[in-house]
Amino acid sequence: MSRAGLHDASREEAAPLHTPAEAQSYLNDGNSLRSWLLTTDHKRIAILYLISITGFFAIAATAAAMMRLNLLTPQGALLTAEGYNRAFTMHGVIMVWFFLIPSIPNVFGNFLIPLMIGARDMAFPRLNLASWYIFMGGGLFTLAALIFGGVDTGWTFYTPLSSTYANGNVVLALSAVFIAGWSSILTGINFIVTIHKLRAPGMTWGRLPLFVWTHYATALILVLATPVLTVTLLLVVAERLFGLGIFNPALGGDPLLFQHLFWFYSHPAVYIMVLPAMGVVSELVPAAAHKKLFGYWFVAYSSLAIALVGFLVWGHHMFVSGQSMYASTVFSFLSLVVAVPSAIKVYNWTATLYKGSIALNAAFLFAMGFIGLFVMGGLTGLMLALLAIDVHVHDTYFVVAHFHYIMVGGAVTAYLGAMHFWWPKMFGRMYNEVWGRISAVLVFIGFNVTFFPQFLLGYMGMPRRYHEYPPEFQTLHVLSTGGAGLLGLGYALPLIYLLYSLRHGEPASANPWKATGLEWTVPSPPPTHNFEDTPIVVREPYDYPLSHDSSIA
Amino acid sequence: MLNLFGLSLPQASAHAQHVDMLIGAFSLLILFLAGPVIVLIFAFAIRYRRGKDVNRDHAPNRNVWLEVSWTIIPFLLILGFFVVSAKMFFSIHEPPADAMPISVVAKQWMWKFQHPQGQSEINTLHVPIGQPVKLTMTSQDVIHSLYVPALRLKQDVLPGRYTELWFTATRPGTYHLFCSQFCGLDHATMGGSVVAMEPGAYGSWLSTQASGGSLATAGATLYRKLGCGACHAGDGTTRAPSLNGLYGSRVTLEGGRQIVADDQYLRDALLDPNAQVTAGYKPIMPTYRGLIGEEQVMQLAAYIRAMKTVPGEHP
Repeated sequence: MSRAGLHDASREEAAPLHTPAEAQSYLNDGNSLRSWLLTTDHKRIAILYLISITGFFAIAATAAAMMRLNLLTPQGALLTAEGYNRAFTMHGVIMVWFFLIPSIPNVFGNFLIPLMIGARDMAFPRLNLASWYIFMGGGLFTLAALIFGGVDTGWTFYTPLSSTYANGNVVLALSAVFIAGWSSILTGINFIVTIHKLRAPGMTWGRLPLFVWTHYATALILVLATPVLTVTLLLVVAERLFGLGIFNPALGGDPLLFQHLFWFYSHPAVYIMVLPAMGVVSELVPAAAHKKLFGYWFVAYSSLAIALVGFLVWGHHMFVSGQSMYASTVFSFLSLVVAVPSAIKVYNWTATLYKGSIALNAAFLFAMGFIGLFVMGGLTGLMLALLAIDVHVHDTYFVVAHFHYIMVGGAVTAYLGAMHFWWPKMFGRMYNEVWGRISAVLVFIGFNVTFFPQFLLGYMGMPRRYHEYPPEFQTLHVLSTGGAGLLGLGYALPLIYLLYSLRHGEPASANPWKATGLEWTVPSPPPTHNFEDTPIVVREPYDYPLSHDSSIA
Repeated sequence: MLNLFGLSLPQASAHAQHVDMLIGAFSLLILFLAGPVIVLIFAFAIRYRRGKDVNRDHAPNRNVWLEVSWTIIPFLLILGFFVVSAKMFFSIHEPPADAMPISVVAKQWMWKFQHPQGQSEINTLHVPIGQPVKLTMTSQDVIHSLYVPALRLKQDVLPGRYTELWFTATRPGTYHLFCSQFCGLDHATMGGSVVAMEPGAYGSWLSTQASGGSLATAGATLYRKLGCGACHAGDGTTRAPSLNGLYGSRVTLEGGRQIVADDQYLRDALLDPNAQVTAGYKPIMPTYRGLIGEEQVMQLAAYIRAMKTVPGEHP
């Protein structure tokens, strides 16, 4: 056993923060359906989100699979033009608003923030439960739109196509997103108040885990940007139902106004997806390396910088839209600026590994996968921020590849990393580590085989949202579909071995990874009220003992 | 030229070559920035894996100079690319004065092109090489986007507004033309080709095409039919300003604001005349919205453009 491991074990015994073992786990505190559906326990609400967004992921992934199969042949192997348009719209709407945006914050943020800051629950437990019901209400509207035949506008709902010309259930889909937006806003408010008001004594801002810092930045974006989206969607509904001239020039509206309002929300929304993922990786890397995170303050402040500058770059989605070229130039520059804080994080994670004592477990492999895919997505994002390059590859598969590297390669991989890291804490069971590593490797390879060919397709001029295409693009499409099969397998495996672990997994100790952080000082799974006594924090974050002099607890 | 899996993307203009060079150079920068990170992550993960006996003493937790330098240096390198790419972006938005004007109307789901001599074609655009071509584009319904990968150019086409795209094709050939902004059911089939031809071949192609007369001639007919001359009689002493030499000149509006009389201005003046009233005149012109379509607006604009070339005369 390594020195690091020994020191940790000795520290765990000396840790003063243990709650008595007789405290009841949150999972056993009432077994009725009612006790789950009316719970105000942040941990149970996290589980409600976990179950519901897994369902949404499955629906949206099915739509993606249908699209990839359709693209096996140039004429379209599976779907009609209409079927394809509806499939990619549903894929986008559900993945963005019902999986990516809520995934890490609503599952892991909900579960972990109170535990990480030494609180018994969120600041507003009932509001937390209400957020889930509102989210599910939005989900029901989405499913209704799907059942009544789907939507054919794309998830971006560009006007005047969506407000006047489209034939699908646009109003239902917009209502779904409108409702889900309220859930986001309420969750964001809850996070901000919780982080400000409920930190345990001694948990200063400088001792906050970076997971909490990134969720704080995310919550700021949720609260500031989401209202713009909800109002915008109402305006589209108003134009569609009542013929108010807002976006359609035939009615006296402005066709570009929608794009400005939409991207003012939807660009920051990318950071809603990726900041929590960065928070996850900032926990996983020091825990695997058993080493303090390199440059804590740079990483903490870079989260806030991303949140703030992220509001100033929406126009980079509109370089070919007809907006003024001077505006485009400013947006291009600011988009390059926002890459700086993201790069800081990547370099700091890398430097954290230097001289670490690295456990190559499943959670760490997912974190490594995240870094690799995020770097690729980020740097190709810089290419898109460069004006002359964007003009060529805008609205092609290059863009599709780029944002999937960030949102799927980044956010989903980090989500799986979080799942593997905190699973023992959430359910008190260990899973099969070997299968976990296989899944991490499969996801990484499958992802690259799926999406790297799409960069080439885009550069070669293949536009996105085509259900049929010129035959010369076929080889790369077939390759991409093959990769998607591999990726699907990588995603399906955890579903099997994690569920299996619930019954058959070994019981998890309070701190199976020998990690720092208050969440590891309570039993696995945690008791209903988290901490028997309010903990008093005296340590710096990530104070992993590595050398002899820092080993005394 | 890059050739992948039997796929190659031709460079049909000088701009296309420049874009490829920019992409190539930036890809090298990506390798330079990302390569060390990926290599180091793997190297550290192997060298410092748990259980391996290596020296882990004095592991650093912070180093401000290192952090500042790895922040600033890549940013400065990237700024260089920003300048180059912004210059290219400005140049593709500044058409030369002698560019051949072609008007484009997009609708679900077809492209209609009109050559200055009046020939029109659907979904295929013939152009001469070596000659700058300027497309003035509008849409009849939703937002479309005209994309020619071989030229590395695209531009959204908006309803109720003109957008422009210009290029000089340098290599004869037939190139893909796509709609790249999702525009409804048959978006994927709203394409065609750009055929770049030697000037002589273009000339003889043009002469075989039926033409309903040039755009300006059609515009002149329409001008008379609509009775525009009753007000815009010429010397500017009547109820409305003269249109002679109007195109491309600066117009002073009521309230003192100045505006260049380009295609967009002419379109607005026809369809929403009282939004931009010329200084010294009353807002009395009726709107022609609903009375004439996009193509007729373009014909009238071509006629008014022609008035510029022959000042003081009404053809």
